[in-house]
Amino acid sequence: MATGELAFHEAHAAPQSFIRKYVFSLDHKVIGLQYFFLALTAVFVGMLLSLLMRIHLIWPNVSLPLLGEIKPETYLSLLTMHGTIMVFFVLTTAPQGGFGNYFLPIQIGAADMAFPVLNMLSFWVTFLAFLALVAAFFVTGGPPLHGWTGYAPLSALQSAGPGQGAGADLWVVSIALFCLGALMSALNFITTTLDMRVKGMSLMRLPLTCWAWFITAILGLLAFGVLLAAGILLLLDRNVGTSFFVPLVVVNGQIVGHRGGSPLLWQHLFWFFGHPEVYIAILPAMGLCSQLVSVFSRKPIFGYKAMVYAMLSIGILGFMVWGHHMFMSGMSPYSAFAFSVMTMAIGVPSAIKTFNWLGTLWGGKIRFEPPMLFAIGFVSLFVTGGISGPFLAQPVLDIPLHETYFVIAHFHLIMGVASIFGIFAATYYWFPKMFGRMMNDSLAKWHFWISFVGTYAVFMPMHYYGMAAGLRRYSQSTEVAYMQGLLPLQKFITFAAFVTIAGQFIFLFNLFWSMKAGKKASDNPWEATTLEWTTATPPPHDNFGGITPVVHNGPYEYSVPGASRDYVMQTDPPMVAAGHKA
Amino acid sequence: MKSFFSTLVTDPASRGAESVAGDHSKASPSSPAILQTRLRRARLGLLVGLVGILMIFVSFSSAYVVRQGLPTLDPRSNTLVRDWFAPPLPKLLFLNTLVLLVSSATMGMARRQVARQVALGRTSVSSPHVAVDPAGTASWLVLTVVLGLSFLAGQLTVWRELAASGVYISTNPSSSFLYLLSATHGVHLLGGVFALLVACASWFLRRPIETRFVVLDVTGWYWHFMALLWVYILCLLEFAR
Repeated sequence: MATGELAFHEAHAAPQSFIRKYVFSLDHKVIGLQYFFLALTAVFVGMLLSLLMRIHLIWPNVSLPLLGEIKPETYLSLLTMHGTIMVFFVLTTAPQGGFGNYFLPIQIGAADMAFPVLNMLSFWVTFLAFLALVAAFFVTGGPPLHGWTGYAPLSALQSAGPGQGAGADLWVVSIALFCLGALMSALNFITTTLDMRVKGMSLMRLPLTCWAWFITAILGLLAFGVLLAAGILLLLDRNVGTSFFVPLVVVNGQIVGHRGGSPLLWQHLFWFFGHPEVYIAILPAMGLCSQLVSVFSRKPIFGYKAMVYAMLSIGILGFMVWGHHMFMSGMSPYSAFAFSVMTMAIGVPSAIKTFNWLGTLWGGKIRFEPPMLFAIGFVSLFVTGGISGPFLAQPVLDIPLHETYFVIAHFHLIMGVASIFGIFAATYYWFPKMFGRMMNDSLAKWHFWISFVGTYAVFMPMHYYGMAAGLRRYSQSTEVAYMQGLLPLQKFITFAAFVTIAGQFIFLFNLFWSMKAGKKASDNPWEATTLEWTTATPPPHDNFGGITPVVHNGPYEYSVPGASRDYVMQTDPPMVAAGHKA
Repeated sequence: MKSFFSTLVTDPASRGAESVAGDHSKASPSSPAILQTRLRRARLGLLVGLVGILMIFVSFSSAYVVRQGLPTLDPRSNTLVRDWFAPPLPKLLFLNTLVLLVSSATMGMARRQVARQVALGRTSVSSPHVAVDPAGTASWLVLTVVLGLSFLAGQLTVWRELAASGVYISTNPSSSFLYLLSATHGVHLLGGVFALLVACASWFLRRPIETRFVVLDVTGWYWHFMALLWVYILCLLEFAR
C-alpha cells in the first residue's frame, strides 16, 4: 500500500499556476469553496427577489428602481426565479456541493474525491446552469412565469405569456445542465464514500455528516435523472411540436398545434424528482446538526445507529410520497389515501431524529458557540416546519390549504430556513478549518438572534394568513375584498423580512472581515473528534501532509470516563485497552 | 459479469488505507494491489453512473406507457379518441441492432485479450501455448469503433427513411418516442465511441498495460450496457406498440 500511496501523492502534486489552482482546480477543497461562493452569490440574488415581492405585496402601486411598477406577470417571474435560484443553486448547492465536497474526503481520510476531473466538471456545469438561468433576466420577455415547478401547459407553450419564450427555454436548459452537474457530483460522492475510506473507518464509524452526504448523493442519483428526462421532453414540446405534456388547448382564442399530451405526466415526473429534492436540501443539515449537537454538548450522539437508519428510511420513503403534491389534480381518493399514509409515515423517522437530538442535549455540558446556536435553531425550525406536514399530508386539509400561504409557511420553514440554518451552522463550524481564522463571536450571535427571531416573525404569521384563505401567487391581494382585511398581517411580514434581510449583511461582513482579520484558529478549536480536526489548518493540498490516518474510534467519543481529556479523536489509540467499546 | 461485481464487494475499511488520488493521476504503479484499487474504483464509478443513465430511460419508459394510454379530444366530433398510431419499424433498425450486438462481442474480445496480457504480465509466465497477440487487442478495438460508428450511421439512415415517408418527430406520439429514444441512446453511444477512442489512444501511445486495461475494462462494460439498453428500447418500440 505504502509505495502506491506515495506514487499517487507525488502525481497529485499541488498545481502552481493561478488558473489550475483557483479556477480549473481539481482539488476538492477549492471546488467546495467554488460551490460555496456560487451559493452565496445565488442566495443574495434570491433574497433580493423576495424583497421585491414583499415590497410589492404591501405597496402594489409603488414604482421600483429598474423594474418600474410591478405587473402581475412580473411578480410571477420574480416568484419563479426566487424559487428556482433558492432550491437549486442555494439549498442543493451549498450543503452538498460546498461543504460535502470540502469535508467528505477529509472526514473519511482520503486525499481527494474518487474522480477529481469529474468533480471539476460538475462545478463548471453547475456554474454554466446558473449563468443560463440569470440570462433569462436579460432576454426579450424576461424570465418565465411558470414557478419553480414549471407546470405544463403554461411551461410548454411559447405563446402562453411574456417570459414563456426565450426566458422559459433558458430556464429548462439551466435545469437540465444543473441535473447533469448534480448527477456527476452524486457519482463522485457515492464512489468516494464506498471506496476511499481509510483503514478502520467502517461504515458505522462514519460521522453522521458523511452518512447524510452519502444518502443525499443516492437520492440525487435517482432523482436528477428523472428531472433531466422531464426537461428534455419539455424542451421538445416547446420547440419541436411534440405533445408529451400539452393537451388540446386554446390560447388567445387559437387552438395550439398540440393534442393528447398530459399536464399530469409532467407533474408526476417533476414531483418524483421534487419530493426527494426536499430531502436533498435538508438531509445534509440533519447530518451536520447531529454532529454539532454532539460536539457542543460534549456527549456522544444519542442513538447513532437509529440516526443512520432514520436518514435511510427518510430517503427511501421520500421516493414514495410524490403524489401528496398532487392532491389537487383530481387523483383517485384511493391513491391519495396511499400517498397520505406514506407521507405521515415519514413523521416516524423524523421524530426519531428530533428526539435523539433532544436526548443528546439532555444533561450535556452545552457550549453555546455560534455553530451550536444555529444547530439548535435548526432543530426548532425543523419541528415548527415539520409539524404542519401531517396537516398538509391529509387530502381533506390539503385541498383547502393548498393554494394558500399555509403551504408557503410550511415549506419555507422546513426546507428553506431550516436548511439555511444548517448552512450557517456549517459555515461557523468549519470556517476556522477552511480559512485558518475564527469568525467574530459577537457578530455571529447578533446574526443568529436576528435571523432566528426574524424568520419566525416572517413565517409564523403566514400560517394564519393561509388559514384565513390568503392566496399564494397573487400579485395584488389588495384588489381582493376579503384579503384587504389581512393587509396589516402582510405589512408585519414585510417589515420582519426587512429586518431579517438586514441581519444577513452582518453575516456577510463577518465572513469576509474574519477571513482577513479574524483571530488565528488552532487546528482543533472546537475540541471535536473527527478527522478534519487532526490535520493542519487550513488542510494541505493532500489533506494530511503525506500521512494516511488510521481510525480506531467512533466519531462521537465525548466525556469518555477514564480518558485523559473529555474527547477521544477518531485517530487516538483504541479505547478497548481502557475498557471501553471502540 | 461475476468478475465485475466481485471486485466491488470488499470493504475498504478492512482492506487497508488506499486513499489514492483519482483519475488525474499520471502515476503508473504496477503493483497488483494498486491495479485492483483502480479497477474497483473505476467499475464502481461506472456502475453508479449507469444507475443515473438508467433512471433517464426509466422515466422515458414510464412516459411512453402513460402517453400511449391517453385519449385526446377530437374537436370536430367533440369525442375522446386515441391518437397513438405506430407505423411498422423500419427493417434497417433490426440490421443496426445486429451490428451493435456484434460490436459488443468484438469489445468483449478486446477486453479478454488485454485481461490475459495483464494476467500473464503479473505471473511472468510466457508459455508458447498461450497465444497473446498485442496487436490483436488494438484490432478488436478498432473494429468495435467501426461497428459503433456504422450503427450510428444506420440510425441516421433510419431517421432519413422515416422523414422521407413523412414521419417526423411531431407527427405522432409514437414517432416522438421513436426519435427521442433512439436519439438519447445515440448520444450515449457516441459517448461510448469517444471512450473507445480514448482507449485506442492509450493503446497506440503505449501507456502502461494496467492503465490500458482499466480504460478498456470500463469502456467495455459501458459498451455492453449500451447494447443491452438498445435491445430493451427496440423491444419497447416493437412489442409495446
